[in-house]
Amino acid sequence: MIWDTYALLVAASLNAGTVLAFAALGLLINEKAGVVNLGAEGMMLCAAMAGFACVVHTGSDGLGFVVGMLVGAGLAGIFGVLTIWLGSNQYATGLAMTLFGTGISAFVGTSYVQSTLPERTHFQVPFLSDIPWLGNALFKQHPLVYAAVLLSLAMIYFLNKTRQGLILRGIGENPDSAHALGYPVRRLRLWAVVFGGSLCGLAGAYLSVIYTPLWVEGMVAGKGWIALALTTFATWRPGRVLLGAYLFGFVTMLQFHLQGAGVDVSSEFLTMLPYLANIVVLVMISRNSDWIKLNIPASLGKPYSPSA
Amino acid sequence: MIRSSKRYSLAAVVAFAALLLVGCGKKTETPAATPPKAEPLKIAFAYVGPVGDGGWTFAHDNGRKAIEKEFGDKVVTTFTENVPESADAERVIRDMASQGNKLVFGTTFGYMEPMLKVAAEFKDTKFEHATGYKRAANMNSYDSRTYEGAYMAGIIAGKMTQNGTLGVVASIPIPEVIRNINSFTLGAQTVNPNIKTKVVWVNAWFDPPKETEAATSLINSGADVLFQNTDSAAVLKTAESKGKRAFGWDSDMTAYGPKAHLASAIINWAPYYVKTTRDVLEGNWKGDGGVWWGVKEGAIDLVSIAEDVPSETKARIDEIKSGLKAGTFNIWKGPIKDQSGKEILKDGETADDKFLGATNFYVKGVEGKIPGSK
Repeated sequence: MIWDTYALLVAASLNAGTVLAFAALGLLINEKAGVVNLGAEGMMLCAAMAGFACVVHTGSDGLGFVVGMLVGAGLAGIFGVLTIWLGSNQYATGLAMTLFGTGISAFVGTSYVQSTLPERTHFQVPFLSDIPWLGNALFKQHPLVYAAVLLSLAMIYFLNKTRQGLILRGIGENPDSAHALGYPVRRLRLWAVVFGGSLCGLAGAYLSVIYTPLWVEGMVAGKGWIALALTTFATWRPGRVLLGAYLFGFVTMLQFHLQGAGVDVSSEFLTMLPYLANIVVLVMISRNSDWIKLNIPASLGKPYSPSA
Repeated sequence: MIRSSKRYSLAAVVAFAALLLVGCGKKTETPAATPPKAEPLKIAFAYVGPVGDGGWTFAHDNGRKAIEKEFGDKVVTTFTENVPESADAERVIRDMASQGNKLVFGTTFGYMEPMLKVAAEFKDTKFEHATGYKRAANMNSYDSRTYEGAYMAGIIAGKMTQNGTLGVVASIPIPEVIRNINSFTLGAQTVNPNIKTKVVWVNAWFDPPKETEAATSLINSGADVLFQNTDSAAVLKTAESKGKRAFGWDSDMTAYGPKAHLASAIINWAPYYVKTTRDVLEGNWKGDGGVWWGVKEGAIDLVSIAEDVPSETKARIDEIKSGLKAGTFNIWKGPIKDQSGKEILKDGETADDKFLGATNFYVKGVEGKIPGSK
């Protein structure tokens, strides 16, 4: 019985971590290209709202995800034009995006607060889900959970083994050199930002369509900010981002599990635990400034305009 | 080149600012009313969550609608949703009073201090505060005996659980919530004395994603019947998707989880709201008082009991309701022991309102410790 509980805990952690994984992987692409999009929270909220509304009206989860991705991409596109072409400060614009996204999703979403979605399907991987402990822990998840793993692997391959990945990293490290080589730096940055935004949108839609199939204003509850911190403490490596996302998901579910098990720790402390874990890891990473300098895309956050 | 892009930036920022002002405002609604001959009584409601929560705020809004139905042209009601339990509450409530509302309802515990402050400044306005305990010459507090609903739900839970483990998704560790957890457990123990109740605290009244996670974790730990003291239908929905049973809370939540729903412990604010409005209209309103209404006054009920609950359990619930209405049945009647085995109430001893209002212990059968206690 007790082992079953842990299997279910692992399964819940994977589920909880997937939202963060998608958002953080999207932000990773942004940051590899040298752009910091602090608007993650706003994009996720708008996409969550749009995705939920879409499923309420059409009944199709797939369409909900697509709409979420489009909304995320659209908002990121606006952000991209403002920061890349008009040279506005990336951090300030990102924050404005968050405020805007939070407000407009709440406003548009008021009529959906009482809506319910049709019953969610339960997914299982055909043979693997029958394995005694691992089956429950790993193989009864929604397809997007596995998609997140595949995405992270694909990103590792893309960034390190392909020419396009190399160009992207080059733009993030030294846009002037890339420009001198003839690459359209601004256009490529915009593509990176839009792609990153669409992944944040997917994360938001997953949250409101699968994870908690409801719409409530502010339901992202800070996960966008956690995703931003995650890309930094994973030192901009997709594999580490994925693991970090699952770690956060695990600590989130652990705090409820511990309460239910009657462990004698204050519930307020346990609620704080996931965020505390994030801060601790960030501080540990930042103590080694060389490590940061080695891994951070050199032009991160700096505005760029072509000189020629 | 640089100058024109600066102009574009400025335009974009101004556009954003304008959109921000539109998008970030709180939603207020004034229902259309044809101007009556006499000046209608303006009533305002401050809600802690959205009307669409299907739970706590929804119940209050139903009470507001009952006022409109009863008094028609003589009143004009407005409400503001999602007013947080912070300094913002003071701003909103002061705004309501200065806009000419003569009767202001604050529907959550956390509005107590803000309302006291505003009441001191607006001596002509009457304030009604839910679930609090501080009063003033122009401020009353009112509350409902939600523990009666919790007790009756507990009886059903005790009957319907297959493994004797119940789970409660609890909000904030104040006496009201602890009392509900205890009453739920006491009710279940009348059916099965060996019931165990697990409690998970989400530290919020309304947070569906957290409520979902908490409910999942309780189910994973073995609970097969869930109860809640939070404001949304997330717990019931989680139970529905995992094939367990749960209850509706504050409002009838059958629609959110038809298979999982066992019963809903609802609050009916209409009797109190209509009476208070009538008192104000007729000039009989008195401040500095408080009421605590339950099944007897029609404020609490257990509704929509599921088909598969055995008829003798349903009969017992009806028996308890009549007993509460007649004043002959007492839920908190000894012998009742706390977690450590100490006798809190002796055999035959009943608890008075003062005792109940200060509940800070778990009864035997509840697992874990109250957050913040030694």
